Amino acid sequence: MIAKLCPFPLSPEGEKRIDHLLNRYPDKRSALLQVLHVVQDEHGGYLDMDCIKYVARLFGLPPAEVYSVASFYTMYNLRPVGKYLIQVCTNISCSVNGAEEIVAHIEKRLGIKRGETTPDGKFTLITVECLGSCGTPPAMMVNKEYHEQLTPEKVDKVLDACE
Amino acid sequence: MGEMKVLLKNVHKPNSHLLSTYKEGGGYETLKAALKMEPSQIVEEVKKSGLRGRGGAGFPTGLKWSFVPKTDAPKYLVCNADEGEPGTFKDRVIIEKDPHLLLEGIAISCYAIGAHRAYIYIRGEYEFGAQVLENAIREAEEDGCLGDRPMGHDYPIYITVHRGAGAYVCGEETALLDSLEGRRGHPRIRPPFPASKGLYQSPTVINNVETLSSVVDIIARGGDWYASLGTEKSKGTKLFSISGHVQKPGVYELVMGTPFKELIFEIAGGMRPGRNLKAVIPGGSSTPMLTADEIDIPLDYESLMEAGSMLGSGAVIVLDDTTCIVKETYRLAQFYAHESCGQCTPCREGTHWMVQILKRIVNGQGREEDLDLLLHIGDTLGGNCLCPLGDAALGPVISSVKKFRDEYLEHIKNKRCPIGG
Ligand SMILES: Cc1cc2nc3c(=O)[nH]c(=O)nc-3n(C[C@H](O)[C@H](O)[C@H](O)COP(=O)(O)O)c2cc1C
Ligand code: SF4
Ligand code: FES
Repeated sequence: MIAKLCPFPLSPEGEKRIDHLLNRYPDKRSALLQVLHVVQDEHGGYLDMDCIKYVARLFGLPPAEVYSVASFYTMYNLRPVGKYLIQVCTNISCSVNGAEEIVAHIEKRLGIKRGETTPDGKFTLITVECLGSCGTPPAMMVNKEYHEQLTPEKVDKVLDACE
Repeated sequence: MGEMKVLLKNVHKPNSHLLSTYKEGGGYETLKAALKMEPSQIVEEVKKSGLRGRGGAGFPTGLKWSFVPKTDAPKYLVCNADEGEPGTFKDRVIIEKDPHLLLEGIAISCYAIGAHRAYIYIRGEYEFGAQVLENAIREAEEDGCLGDRPMGHDYPIYITVHRGAGAYVCGEETALLDSLEGRRGHPRIRPPFPASKGLYQSPTVINNVETLSSVVDIIARGGDWYASLGTEKSKGTKLFSISGHVQKPGVYELVMGTPFKELIFEIAGGMRPGRNLKAVIPGGSSTPMLTADEIDIPLDYESLMEAGSMLGSGAVIVLDDTTCIVKETYRLAQFYAHESCGQCTPCREGTHWMVQILKRIVNGQGREEDLDLLLHIGDTLGGNCLCPLGDAALGPVISSVKKFRDEYLEHIKNKRCPIGG
């Protein structure tokens, strides 16, 4: 059922996780955010309308309701993102420790502005709120990995390692 | 006074996250003992300890627990691990380095309030932390510390890790409940309070990671022992996340009442060479700023309150004389405008207008009247919102306009930043 309804090929692991999540709470709806995370991971890091409709069917909810929830939370990308999503914290403890220089460095290196994706679809750069790394600033996430105490050289190393 | 390791006693051990390490230090023995006590005895010990909520509001934990009705209806415990207040990074240390301390604290607290199920609502970005917790739960269940028969007792305790998805407002306890129920994170109207109608309309207790972790040593060593630490009204130890312009930022555990200056200038290594302290945001980004002259005080709830600010989550953000206060205030105002859920007009509109006004001041297009306009927005917004986020947005804005008025005026008159920031 779970894999059959899915508009894109779902990995067996993803199917297992969704099945587990749907049966984990006294009220099934509680699994909505968790299932959206799995579907987004399986779907190249973003949710399109087909994903939303799929999740809506799993929960027996109107697609508009699922979209309304997904759009409330910043971690759900409702538009395609690059293979590597770079999120640089520019909140206070990072900003007083050089976060803007880090953003400027990445913009220059990739030839894009914040909010944009490189033409080859490899990188998307965005700025975000506090990541909970204020003691090791400036900080960024590349997909799910944290990178802290950044310098332009350190950023270069991280980005060089992205294939 | 000074540093003391109660919550942080394990974090430096190699493999501190493993059950075997935790058990070597006597882990889960307190749970075992607690399950032989009457639940009401545990609540009494926590009341005696004087423990107050470490998530920001400082509400007495034992008292909160005593509001839960003593009926057979299902009850829930929710651990708030959303940690979204800028400057706060303390819960992450416990989650990643000593997950079993948190789990043991949750289990004891479940038993005290009569809950069999607990949810840890962890911010979505802490995916690594969520994995550490899930592994720890699996280990503890397999070993019989948690699950159907925790430590051999007939009191099932199930803990589930639930990831958020990037919304600061979900740290507010009723928004958190909506989010846990699979909805947009909109704060609820109170009453009813969560203690009577919370998750799935059932009695629910919501506590911060640090609060629940503190319960373990309180039960192990007694409420009186905990209450012997600290000041008259602020008891025990507290984690402080200190960041910004200090030489040794990090998470430090201090006995309540430790001098503020000791934290900044000794423990956290003081200012960088040639720099001077300008301002401190003492308890997370929403707490009013203090100037360098205002921090000759002890770190406890009452002293911070008297100084016109708050201890909050214990997130100390230190700003030296290279900081443009206007620019940083603008940055924080943007944060609150972005995170307002939009339910209340004063919060939705007020946070937005504060950003617009601060933006023009930063860009050299401000007017002198703007400063009073900011204060006026403060009067309209303050106390007129459904949840504390609206008021939180005012903390940095109002305090900086009042305390650094000259710096604002320089931006307005000279149309540029005197610091060059
Ligand atoms: C906007 C907002 C954000 C909050 N974020 C958090 C948070 O990230 N973590 C937390 O423990 N409490 C947070 N709180 C406080 C909670 O509403 C609640 O008071 C707390 O979790 C209760 O636990 P405690 O009594 O153990 O502190 C927030 C409150 C507001 C208004
Ligand atoms: S005060 Fe702001 S964040 Fe809180 S409920 Fe109202 S609009 Fe939402
Ligand atoms: S301010 Fe950047 S991680 Fe907290």
